[in-house]
Order: sequence, then structure tokens, then C-alpha cells
Amino acid sequence: MNTMPEKQMLSAAALKEIQDIRKNYPTARAALLPALYVAQREFGWLSPEAYEAVSDHLGVPKAIARGVGTFYAMYKHKPLGRHVVQLCTNVSCMILGAERLVDLLKNKYGLEPGGTTADNRFSLVIMECIGACGTAPAMLVNDDFHENLTDKNIIEILERYT
Amino acid sequence: MENVLLKNIENPNSADIKEYMAVGGYVSLAKAFEKSPKEIIDEVKKAGLRGRGGAGFPVAMKWTFASGDPKTPKYLLCNADEGEPGTFKDRPILEKNPHVLIEGMAISGYALGAEYGFIYLRGEYPAAKHILDKAIAQAYEKGFLGENIAGNGVRFHLAVHQGAGAYICGEETALIESLEGDKGQPRIKPPFPVNVGVFSKPTVVNNVETLSNLPYLISIGGEAYAKIGSPDCPGPKIYCVSGHVERPGVYELPMGTNLRDIIYTHCGGIKGGRKLKAVIPGGISTPVLPPDKIDCAMDFVNMPKHGSMLGSGAVIVMDESVCLVKVCYRALKFFEHESCGKCTPCREGTGWLRSILGRIEQGTGAEGDIDLLLSVAANMIGKTFCPLGDGAASVVQNFIKHFRPEFEEHIRAQACVVQGQK
Repeated sequence: MNTMPEKQMLSAAALKEIQDIRKNYPTARAALLPALYVAQREFGWLSPEAYEAVSDHLGVPKAIARGVGTFYAMYKHKPLGRHVVQLCTNVSCMILGAERLVDLLKNKYGLEPGGTTADNRFSLVIMECIGACGTAPAMLVNDDFHENLTDKNIIEILERYT
Repeated sequence: MENVLLKNIENPNSADIKEYMAVGGYVSLAKAFEKSPKEIIDEVKKAGLRGRGGAGFPVAMKWTFASGDPKTPKYLLCNADEGEPGTFKDRPILEKNPHVLIEGMAISGYALGAEYGFIYLRGEYPAAKHILDKAIAQAYEKGFLGENIAGNGVRFHLAVHQGAGAYICGEETALIESLEGDKGQPRIKPPFPVNVGVFSKPTVVNNVETLSNLPYLISIGGEAYAKIGSPDCPGPKIYCVSGHVERPGVYELPMGTNLRDIIYTHCGGIKGGRKLKAVIPGGISTPVLPPDKIDCAMDFVNMPKHGSMLGSGAVIVMDESVCLVKVCYRALKFFEHESCGKCTPCREGTGWLRSILGRIEQGTGAEGDIDLLLSVAANMIGKTFCPLGDGAASVVQNFIKHFRPEFEEHIRAQACVVQGQK
């Protein structure tokens, strides 16, 4: 996990996807954000090689691709665990106990905000509002919303992600 | 009044085009094609429709500017970067009623003469991405999008562009920068997007809820629409309520519904019968209100008269167990994280405000800290390109204005003094 592959290449399917995305826009540059998503899905995170692959493919300078990519919170710049727990702690979630849930994850899994468990099962990302305020506290695990979290059900939910 | 924007969402298949058409969907698009683009803009003007994203700008005015610009092609961008903390009003439209938005965009595109549309969708809504992609494909199949819509010779293409976790991209010029593949840093205005927008072309940016009003507006006509809710800014409005109420959630009500009624009638009052302490009425950037100031009509024109703003209509209700110093600190932590860094007063100011609030909250506040906060805030207001810095500073000003004793008590006691706060 910690050894970086020699050279990461985008698969043929990913390249095709980026080409299709490119057709939606009048400039190649506009396809940069969606293309970075494709690369992130492919590699799990945006490694220097991932940036290189995207910038080569779109003809966008590498410094631009990196500068833009690092501006956005949802692009990941280190390898993450198998499941990414994205827990909101903004005001609506906070006043309904989100911070207690952060402590719970620390105690139960040794999972720190911004960290990854030793077994590489979970990474925890603290989020700034995920639009689930009426069903707070809430989190996304990978692409799945989980809402109305309690001390009890958060563990039950996470145990389903192995 | 019946739901218009959230119509049919209790149907588990409401996102499917067949279900949407079964309840009258896409009839308004056909009706729109019977009118000239100018006639549609006139209907929107008669309706008095204002943008639902937060600023409440008259929609017809924006459209008139863009449609009058000779440059082509024109673009219609839907702002689906719903990121204002407390806000979850667009999500049910995107996930459960995507065709009302697509139909609204097709109507708006025709009215503006825009040939291309993008839905700028926040990265935190992955489910909505799949639902919208599918709904757009269905609309293309049925001929409601494409080169020759419904055989009328009208061209409108639509795609979803996914954001990547930056609150600032809800600001329209930052959204445009982001769509072009750049950091989401706001542009100075003028030129305005209606003249020089995305790819340097005339561009209209409207919120999800705004565009989703179009099918209903066209179906009943501008005059009838103008009779719904507040005379100054009519129409249906989605209020989203979170925090300590019995029934949090989304409520589609006439614009101008009283804030107290929203909390006590529609949402069933304060959870567990506890005492109300504070209400943020329109998303975290809008000024907080104490319990004796919540008798106000929730619309764009009236709320400023009561010392706050409608914003996104995101009501956050806080009971007596909440430490407001902590809430203010958490809000500033958010603004510091989301400042794009372009304007010095915002980039530096949000950090200083967060830092000073942090030490008050953690019990190491110094005498004079409250005045220091107000001084930093005053040096941010009106000194930045976009409203993020103003919003951050005004949050601090208003928490102190209404709840200064709680801040003073934290500094005096060097600890949190709120009972029940964990």
C-alpha cells in the first residue's frame, strides 16, 4: 500500500470516458474537474502520476492541473482506506451530537479526522455540510447517504462496510 | 396550497419521466413554444419571480440583459451547488423531481436563446448525479432536449458538471470559473455574467428552485402566479428546517410564511418542549435572531426589515442547551475553510475571527476579545469581491449583538456556562 507504483496509467475505459466528457465543453480545460474525478476513481487518489496522466491527455499544463485540483476538498491527495466515511460536523449536525460521533469513531476504530485505520478499512473525512440537515447528524460512506445517526446505529451501519 | 416544486415526490418512482409526464410534466414546455421568447420573459416579469439562491434578484431582469446581448452562443447554468450550511431544499428536487428542473431549464433556455445548459452540481450529492444523468438521457430520448426540441427548431443541450467540494462555487462568478476548469475564485464585476460569463459568452446563472418554478409559472400564467404569497416576491418557496424542532424537514409553503408559524405550526415547535434560544433563518451566513424577533414574514423584502435575510430559506433552530459561542466558532471555522484566499480581508479575517472565538470557547478568552472581534469584522465588511467575507463578519457581529452577555460570561468564567451543552 505504501509503495508507489512505478507508473500509473489510465485504463482505456477511463481515457474513453474522459474523451466523452470532453465533448460536452468548448474547451479542454473545462473538462479538467470531471477528468480528475475519473482519474481519482481509477487510482483511488490523485497521485502525481494521476495528474500527469490527466494533464497529458487533456493538454492542460501539469502545474495548472495540480493547482486547480488542490483547491477542491473532494480531490484526495493521499491514499485512502477502502471506505471513506464523510461525517458532517457543521452547525445543524453539531447541535445534534456529531462531535460525540467523532469521538465514538476514535474510540471504536482508532479513526482520527483526516486519518485512516491501521487495517486500511476506513478513512474519516470531516465534512462541511452535506445537505442532510433535516436528518442530522449525517454522513456519506463512499457514495451512500446515512442520516439520523445515533451512537448505536452509526456502528451498525459501519459494520456493513468490511 | 398543493406542492408544486415537490409535487409527486412521495411516489417512489417520481424521478422517472413517465411518472412526471403522468402528472402533467412537460405540458408547460409545449405551452411555452406557443409563445415567443419575449412573451415568456414578460410572463416571468409579471409573475415577479425572484432568484431563490439567496440574493432574490428579479429573474426577468437577468434574462432580459442576457437575451439582449448579441454574442452567441448563450449559456444557462443551473446553480445546484447547494452548500450553505443548513440548506437542503434543492436536494429533494434534484433527487426526486429532476424533470421539473429539466423542463424549467428547457423553457428558460428557449426564453433566453441559450443553446447550452449545465447543471453545476455539488460533489457531495453523488446520488443526484446518477439520477440527473438518467433523467437528462430520458429527456433527450423524448425529444425535450437536443437539436430540434419537439420539432420546434429549438436547440438546447444539457449536461451535469460536478463540483468538488468548494462552498465558494455557489457564488455565480466562482461557479463560472470552476466550470471553465479553474479554481473557484470569484471575478470582479462588471462585466456581469449576463454579458461576459462562461467561455466569455452571455450567461445566466439561476438556482435549482428558481428554474423549477418555470413549468408551474407558465402553466398558470404570470398574473396568477403573482398572487401566491408575498406581493413583493411571490410564488411557492421551499423552507428547510433543521435543529431542535419536533418535525425537521422541507416544507413547500407560500413565500412570506411567518417564521414563527414555520417553527411552531409546521414543524411542531421546539423538540421536547424545551425553550427556544436562537434561530438562524436563512442559512448560516444570515444574521441570527433571538426568540422575540421571529415574528416575521420569510421573504426577500421583509426579512432585512427584521434584521436578517431570507437567504436560502434554511432555518436552523437552537434550543436552550446550545452554546452560541460554540456555534459562532463552528461557523467561522467553516468560513475560514471555505474562503478562497483571493481577497486579503476575507482570507486573513476569517482566520483571526476563528482563532479569537476559539480561545473564548475553550476558556482562554482575554478581556477585550469581544471588541477585537468586532474590530476585525468591521475591517472585512464591504472589502471583498464576493459576499463570503461579509457573511462571515456579519455572523460574528450579529451573534455578539444579540447574545453579548453569553460571550462575556465565557470570558469571565473561562469556561462554557451553558447548561446542557456537551
